Amino acid sequence: MTDINTGTPAVPVVDRPRGEVVLEARGLTKHFKVRSRPQRGQRRTRGIVHAVEDVNLVLEAGRVTAVVGESGSGKTTVSRMLAQLTKPTSGQILLEGKSARSYGIKAYRRKIQMVFQDPFSSLNPVHSVRYHLARPLKLHKRAGGRDGTGKAVDALLARVKLDPPDQYIEKLPHELSGGQRQRVAIARALAAGPTVLLADEPISMLDVSIRLGILNLLGELRDQEKLAILYVTHDIASARYFADTMTVMYAGRVVESGPSLEVTDNPQHPYTRLLLDAAPDPERETPAVIQARGSAPSLISPPSGCRFHPRCPVAMPICSEQLPPDISVGEGHVAACWLRHADYQTNN
Amino acid sequence: MSVTAGQGTPADTQPVLDIRGLCVDYGYGDTATHAVIDADLTLYRGEVVGLAGESGSGKSTLAYGATRLLRQPGVVTDGSVLFTPNSGARAAVDILDASPARLRALRWSDVALVFQAAMNSLNPVLSVQSQLTDTLAAHRKEMTKRERAERAGELLELVGISRDRLKSFPHELSGGMKQRVMIALALALDPQVVIMDEPTTALDVVTQRQIMEQIMSLRDRLGFSVLFITHDLSLLLEMADTIAIMYAGRIVESAPARQLFHAPRHPYTAALLESFPSLHGERKMMAGIPGSPPDMRRPPKGCAFADRCKFALPRCTDEQPPLAAPAIGSQDRQVACWLHAEDTLPERLSAPEPGSQPAGTAPETTGGSR
Repeated sequence: MTDINTGTPAVPVVDRPRGEVVLEARGLTKHFKVRSRPQRGQRRTRGIVHAVEDVNLVLEAGRVTAVVGESGSGKTTVSRMLAQLTKPTSGQILLEGKSARSYGIKAYRRKIQMVFQDPFSSLNPVHSVRYHLARPLKLHKRAGGRDGTGKAVDALLARVKLDPPDQYIEKLPHELSGGQRQRVAIARALAAGPTVLLADEPISMLDVSIRLGILNLLGELRDQEKLAILYVTHDIASARYFADTMTVMYAGRVVESGPSLEVTDNPQHPYTRLLLDAAPDPERETPAVIQARGSAPSLISPPSGCRFHPRCPVAMPICSEQLPPDISVGEGHVAACWLRHADYQTNN
Repeated sequence: MSVTAGQGTPADTQPVLDIRGLCVDYGYGDTATHAVIDADLTLYRGEVVGLAGESGSGKSTLAYGATRLLRQPGVVTDGSVLFTPNSGARAAVDILDASPARLRALRWSDVALVFQAAMNSLNPVLSVQSQLTDTLAAHRKEMTKRERAERAGELLELVGISRDRLKSFPHELSGGMKQRVMIALALALDPQVVIMDEPTTALDVVTQRQIMEQIMSLRDRLGFSVLFITHDLSLLLEMADTIAIMYAGRIVESAPARQLFHAPRHPYTAALLESFPSLHGERKMMAGIPGSPPDMRRPPKGCAFADRCKFALPRCTDEQPPLAAPAIGSQDRQVACWLHAEDTLPERLSAPEPGSQPAGTAPETTGGSR
């Protein structure tokens, strides 16, 4: 069985110019209500999970924005809100400058499509590749008649490098490898003709050897079709490789954002540093030293001030009292940490 | 070696577990799928051996086959697995030939496992304490109830969980804590070999790092050997002393971790190393590995990697390369590739080994690094 050789794309990894803003999130917040079942002799308790708090995010045409964080950091909730699968508690989503609410849901989905984590469950096992791709084409009226649909399906397969299309078009999902399935899932997302792709952990379920092929494919779509891509991941090394800008989330808040090389090579927030120290790195010459201990906090009663302060090795008194402001630490590079504040610079 | 040597150095060079020519099939007869073919793996005392490969490469099957934990239709068709206890009183035993009673005595007290889905491996309706004491009650009949409870508390503290969590149920623990309980459970009887099957896969990077540190410090203290199975080669390179790479049921290369990283000799290893984006330096375009692993129900005749290999020779598709010492450098490592029978090796596969003198043979470095 042969997958398609991704080859080495001609486009080197370069600094891409800033593109036009396609999708913007302002002050995006999501609180989930939870109720616990009353235990004997106890009252029913109610709580609010502060899953995402005041997140600002900008997706630009022809650029990849990564959202990096551990499980429970709210990164998936952000992407679900951007896809309008989850309704934000507050905050605004702007698509091409207009409020997302002003679009009908179908018009919105035509512009914004998702690629899911697990290609083993996101494709329908009883339908062929043709069905998976023809259906969105018909639903979004992107192909005229039977002939037009057939050609459009072939074109989609060619765009995700499943060549020749005839070899794949009648296949059922179980007849494809993981990488091929994810390519079909990407082709399905492209069928609606979107300007934004929201990719939530698109490679974490795939084998190591085919992950880069999928990332490189998404990278080509970014460069050649000027798609704006949101790349949600827990893997900071792949975000460094693939993304132009990076946003690091911790416990529902953005702690650092900026150009991806800037963030990984010159991290300004202690949490970003922790993530980088903890990541496996064969080139590391001295053993990794993890200073922060403990685990992520409960989001029902999140810590006051900076949510990272209970684990932070360099926390100061103010960190538990006041929320750190976003402080500019470089060109386009922002960290929400009191240590970067002018009043506390002497400490560092 | 520039790294802090000595930290992971095996205490002595006596093998504790020696797997020779292991073959495992799924199913019988002509329709059988050969999941593990002729695998050799040696685990020395106090050593961490990493077994890396993609899903379906047979790495878990190898471990379960070697410990006779494989369920039907899995069958061990050939090979031997020699376990040598450290105390001189007991003789070495071939696990594959051991009687049921011998096997029962050996399992868990000499060879213990940490399973892949730690989250689901604990019994949800039993407290942590009763799961720990249950193991002790089954294998250490001489212990009193109080001693067992005391030991259960010790074990939890060993893995960095406070004793007052003994009464907790699995759902009250975080993922990382459940994994620590699993490790405590594996260490309950002071085993000499601990097999860990993807022990940190479902965990966050920070938790993963903490658990790895814990495992390594326990290894240093208690001196057990670890067979560490994972698909994450970058993690292994930091943790393991020796690494074996599996592809399509065969071990294609095995070498000390540093050598494998700096001087891979098999094209698959080299390509795998290039599949992990770096955390430093300039961003370069990386191609990954084209194609996908072969279908094990219809294995190719020659080298299974041939159709994805950029260096493939005509004979690669016809003949299976033997696992042998590489053409250049240290002779203590093994590689299965026809390129080593050629006069010249591609540049990528002939990098000098770290610490080797340019002229002579390399002094063997088995020291681990993390």
